[in-house]
Amino acid sequence: MATEKTYKTPGLIIKKTKLGEADRILTIFTPELGKIQGFAKSVRKPQSKLSGHLEMLTYSQLTLTKGRGLDTIIGSQNIDSFIDIKDDLYRVSYALYIAELIDYFTDEGTADKELFEHTIECLQHMGKTSHPMYLLRYFEMRMLTYTGFKPEINNCVICQKELDRTNLGGFAPSAGGMLCIDCREHSRHYGYFLSNSAYKSLRFLEECGIEDLESEVPDPDTISELEMLLRRYIRFVLEKDVRSIPWIDHLKRLSPTVLY
Amino acid sequence: MDKSILPNDPINNLIRELSGLPGVGPKSAQRITYYLLRSSEAQVTSLADALITLKQKTKLCRICCNVSENDVCSICSNPNRNPALVLIVEQPQDIIALEHSGAYHGRYHVLHGSLSPTEGVGEGDLRIQELMNRLEDGAVQEVIIGTNPTREGETTALYLKTLISPLGIKVTRLARGLPYGSELEYADDTTLSNAFEGRQDF
Ligand SMILES: [Zn+2]
Ligand SMILES: [Zn+2]
Repeated sequence: MATEKTYKTPGLIIKKTKLGEADRILTIFTPELGKIQGFAKSVRKPQSKLSGHLEMLTYSQLTLTKGRGLDTIIGSQNIDSFIDIKDDLYRVSYALYIAELIDYFTDEGTADKELFEHTIECLQHMGKTSHPMYLLRYFEMRMLTYTGFKPEINNCVICQKELDRTNLGGFAPSAGGMLCIDCREHSRHYGYFLSNSAYKSLRFLEECGIEDLESEVPDPDTISELEMLLRRYIRFVLEKDVRSIPWIDHLKRLSPTVLY
Repeated sequence: MDKSILPNDPINNLIRELSGLPGVGPKSAQRITYYLLRSSEAQVTSLADALITLKQKTKLCRICCNVSENDVCSICSNPNRNPALVLIVEQPQDIIALEHSGAYHGRYHVLHGSLSPTEGVGEGDLRIQELMNRLEDGAVQEVIIGTNPTREGETTALYLKTLISPLGIKVTRLARGLPYGSELEYADDTTLSNAFEGRQDF
């Protein structure tokens, strides 16, 4: 029942903070309200009926009641718990990385429906794809586009010259995209080397939809190259490190059978 | 009330210190402070001593990493506790809850946290190396993972399974009866007892 004080919204739990003995403050990514904070009372106790719906990376229909400070979550119904990723250490870690990026790239109260749908779609796909590392690169490229940080990759960011495999200078995070060979020589921006296959994949990722993502999967080395390139760029945009990256790197060292 | 604007006198000093404790708000901090102000000198001294001894006289058991007064804790040094069975928990408080249930007769290992990559808590921040050293000599036959049924606890469980399974040790997960998203510390005895009976291959 919705009164003046209560409202409903779908939401994805992207962060949780302990509060007091058994409570939590949750950071929730929603399609219409942007990122919001919700107070969840007693969810750390086993008796709590809400707790299973308010765990990291669950997507639920939430009922909140307005408070003087934080709004309190009083009801929830699971929409999707992304059950396919639950028992896979790698996939669940990649999904947590997505949640962390969303937290950094969104503001409280600014709605971004396209980014929300993109995020849910990638989390749903995470449990199904044979190329989870490649899916992360797709997630990053689109997230950068929706949040206004899309890197320029078709033309040189300095001289606007159209780029192809003959005049690729490199990728310069500080300039916001690709440089041609001439500008790489003369610009104050540092351009990281980029292979032709990585460049081709980057352009593909910019345009493809999630359904044709796996029609052109590059080799593992190229995916690693894209990972490093986007990592540098995201670090430059955020001006800080993404905390889950050391963990993802640790997992990579742990197992030679990582799926790219 | 903004704690930082309190003046720096003995009363407000204590209020400030107390309100930093888990579960103690500014109002309770105030109440405790004035209660102590009215207490006898002997009562207050004994409380202060207890606080200091807590830090000075406790260490981590060199086998299971539980808090202990001695090098080896009372559970690890008890010959009636089955050394072939190790139950892994996130924090010492979980052992108190489990011991209270009386359902378990093996030994423990305390990780002192759970993996939380997005908060920057990685494998190096937990007592995992100590656990792996402990499993080297082949004396342990079964490891029961009793991390919380939260996203962090589950991630920790999956990681431990990845590390321990190749050693040929049986890995089980404490699961039934504990709802997803809750924490072990708050479980009742029946729930804990069910959780032991319902443990499954993992
Ligand atoms: Zn140029
Ligand atoms: Zn011990």
